[in-house]
Amino acid sequence: MTTHQDPSPRAPHQVLDGTDIARVVTRIAHEIVERAKGAEDVVLLGIHTRGVHLARRLHGRLAQITGRDIPLGTLDITMYRDDLRLKPARALEHTEIPAGGIDGKLVILVDDVLFSGRTIRAALDALSDIGRPRAVQLAVLVDRGHRELPIRADYVGKNLPTSLREAVQVRLADTDGVDAVLVGDRDYTARSSQALAPQPSEPHLPE
Amino acid sequence: MKRHLVSAADLTRDDALLILDTAEELAQLSGRAVKKLPTLRGRTVVNLFFEDSTRTKTSFEVAEKRLSADVINFSAKGSSVSKGESLKDTALTLQAMGADAVVIRHHASGAPARLAQSDWLHGSVINAGDGTHEHPTQALLDAFTMRRHLNPGASGNALRQGLDGRRVTIVGDVLHSRVARSNVHLLTTLGAQVTFVAPPTLLPIGIENWPCEISYDLESVLPKSDAVMMLRVQRERMNAAFFPTEREYSRRYGLDGTRMAQLPEHAIVMHPGPMVRGMEITAEVADSPRCTVVEQVANGVSIRMAVLYLLLGGAVFADGPADTPRTDSVETAQ
Amino acid sequence: MTTYLIRNAQITGGAPQDLHLADGVIKAIGTDLAVEADIEIDATGLIVLPGLVDLHTHLREPGREDAETVLTGTQAAAMGGFTAVHAMANTTPVADTAGVVEQVWRLGQEAGYCDVQPVGAVTVGLEGKKLAELGAMHESAANVRVFSDDGKCVDDAVLMRRALEYVKAFDGVVAQHAQEPRLTEGAQMNEGQVSGELGLGGWPAVAEEAIIARDVLLAAHVGSRLHVCHVSTAGSVEIIRWAKAKGWDVTAEVTPHHLLLTDELVRSYDPVYKVNPPLRTAEDVQALRKALADGTIDAVATDHAPHPAEDKDCEWAAAAMGMVGLETALSVVQQTMVDTGLLNWEGVADRMSRRPARIGRLAGHGRPVSVGEPANLVLFDPAYRGAVNPESFATRSRNTPYRGLDLPGRVHATFLRGRATVLAGELAEQGGEE
Repeated sequence: MTTHQDPSPRAPHQVLDGTDIARVVTRIAHEIVERAKGAEDVVLLGIHTRGVHLARRLHGRLAQITGRDIPLGTLDITMYRDDLRLKPARALEHTEIPAGGIDGKLVILVDDVLFSGRTIRAALDALSDIGRPRAVQLAVLVDRGHRELPIRADYVGKNLPTSLREAVQVRLADTDGVDAVLVGDRDYTARSSQALAPQPSEPHLPE
Repeated sequence: MKRHLVSAADLTRDDALLILDTAEELAQLSGRAVKKLPTLRGRTVVNLFFEDSTRTKTSFEVAEKRLSADVINFSAKGSSVSKGESLKDTALTLQAMGADAVVIRHHASGAPARLAQSDWLHGSVINAGDGTHEHPTQALLDAFTMRRHLNPGASGNALRQGLDGRRVTIVGDVLHSRVARSNVHLLTTLGAQVTFVAPPTLLPIGIENWPCEISYDLESVLPKSDAVMMLRVQRERMNAAFFPTEREYSRRYGLDGTRMAQLPEHAIVMHPGPMVRGMEITAEVADSPRCTVVEQVANGVSIRMAVLYLLLGGAVFADGPADTPRTDSVETAQ
Repeated sequence: MTTYLIRNAQITGGAPQDLHLADGVIKAIGTDLAVEADIEIDATGLIVLPGLVDLHTHLREPGREDAETVLTGTQAAAMGGFTAVHAMANTTPVADTAGVVEQVWRLGQEAGYCDVQPVGAVTVGLEGKKLAELGAMHESAANVRVFSDDGKCVDDAVLMRRALEYVKAFDGVVAQHAQEPRLTEGAQMNEGQVSGELGLGGWPAVAEEAIIARDVLLAAHVGSRLHVCHVSTAGSVEIIRWAKAKGWDVTAEVTPHHLLLTDELVRSYDPVYKVNPPLRTAEDVQALRKALADGTIDAVATDHAPHPAEDKDCEWAAAAMGMVGLETALSVVQQTMVDTGLLNWEGVADRMSRRPARIGRLAGHGRPVSVGEPANLVLFDPAYRGAVNPESFATRSRNTPYRGLDLPGRVHATFLRGRATVLAGELAEQGGEE
């Protein structure tokens, strides 16, 4: 075992709680309605895994605000990732494009954390194989910076300045039992991920 | 999953379900405008066919191209193989060309296993049918087809489900069938019960120890079957006295409309193709809506994409315990 | 001629004694022999056996010198403790004339490592149609007594009957490769559970047993000697046991690999396990061991079948059948028969030297280890254990199924008429027969 101790990694601390997340989702929904002119041709596409849950919540909010059922779909970008060869092949999640398709629509991609931008790059590639939207926008719960590609979000729940040593964890009740956003040292997260959550959630490492 | 797909027996239930679920997701692609994914860009897949097989080769080729792999077709005909080049030298050539995977169809049972165990090439080996041994992707596409039909509800509900408790009847030339061997392994792994129906001459010695049931009476088995798979019976078997005449074979073991009517309402009729109409299956059955032959072909592309993605899409790791040196595996009778 | 004094050797496993070898014979046996010798060997812990006799090898010369030559084959034989080997007739050209058998016999004499006794073909070109000139081969310098179409079965009942009858005139014997050809068309391995699963063409036991049953009846009918090559099934053992009980003059051999290996190994599809007759089941292996122990099977014969690498480095169906076996035979017999308590060293001497020499009518071989007898001897170290390393083989080929396997025992020295062909585990240079 190690003979010398590294300085103890910092335990994760909470930056958003359930109420914060609900407020942020509501705000983004209003922004969408405002900027997309009533959101008439909007299609929401959640990026697996937590982007899907956030998209569903946004969808609910938008329904309350506009009184309409905005088309909602899911997108799995695994086959478009640029880091496929760094890990064993992963199981695929379900991609579901709403019946009306995306051609000529304003597609809003929804994800939990915007980091390097590589996930969004993959999602844009996937979109271009599925159809030709009028425009594509991006909504994220947290933007933690450190972009590696010229990509920005149109709707941001919270800008969260972080160091690369840190890991941002988004937990949503749908998969993790509770709503929260935590920031902690990546080492700590890696060491004690099982102690953190009943269902260990993947920390957002550089994609 | 192992690095190669040589035998359906190599697949655990989790492996098999992963392939089926992945194929289910990839099946959506055929409905899209751009039927292509960038996943295997820059990967080279060689289709090494020592035996003619237009349908299997085409199916693999479509799957490879949909995943953006570079595809090389290396067929024994018109190549140095037909001039007596050995499997080893062919493999070394493919290795030198940088093949990441070799899809091999060979008339000799065990040729893919040999390739996978050798140090002749380092890529993944995918068995596209070897002699009278196995044809694992065929069994996977058969299971995929069965799961879609027999597991009630939308396809999404079929995910993570096997074929538990389902009864599958496989009829015909089991002795010479690689499809039958792969299916008995895979279907058993997925929880289904397999019954072989064939004249005793077309069942291999030792089959009583296989995880399946045997019957010589098709009609008694049909009412209990959820799926019945008719195997191709080659007419030349007649000359080797496996059965007296085509007429007698089809009368005893062929599937016609009357027999099909004895199947439960939900049951499907399958055939790996190519069908010999009038021999093991009548035109009435082959063209009926219960017959999934055409669907099986479409599903074959999805299954082969899934296998290629799962073997090639991720990181390639060093060989696992499956490839231990032979000295450790010498079995002797003590 | 170099003289040897072997100290403290256990003759066929008996109490330690000294042996003095000079003038090609055993000059003296005793404890603390006070004689002078050029070379003294400390044989403490070593077993002395009469030089081994192999009824069944393929030395490949003439025709396939890329696989083996008489020189390399007899060197391998010496390394395995053999002082006489029978060379099968399936060479190119086939050993079906006096000319070819004499050539093979001379090559053996020139090499000097081991006596080579050519086997003559029963039929011209091994084609099973017309008797070869059996008498001419017998009258040649090679003095052929054993005739076989090995590799092919003399399946024509009339031809087999005639051959059995004809060789009686010169005390010959027909050694039959028992394989019913129609039942083994396209056969690739033992027919059973494993062949069914692997989808390899099955080679049923009955294809061997049916021919043996027919042949023992034919031999009885015409009052001839019959030798059955490489018996591989429990059923064959039963038929031979029955024939012997009837008092018929039937002998049989078993290979070392059929005493140890089973068809489960074929699951690897590695052609190193492809052999004719095929590896059988564990039940067959047990029956063969028992039969060798009780004498139903008379002899161990290697069926040493060298093949160049390219004939094995391929898919199963395309691979050649056969295994090399001369250099591992005694070790396999120790493991399967001696270490299991089925046979003592006296029994090994009987099954690997005395009886095969008698079947082949080889004078000077298979003799007792006693004073005045030709000094055809092997010194064997039964305590040794080590992994088989084919790269160290004397045979030109490497197709052994035992690569890397730990086997007991090792030949320390072999003497052919008083000359060391192997000394301290190394081949001794030979200048040819004086």
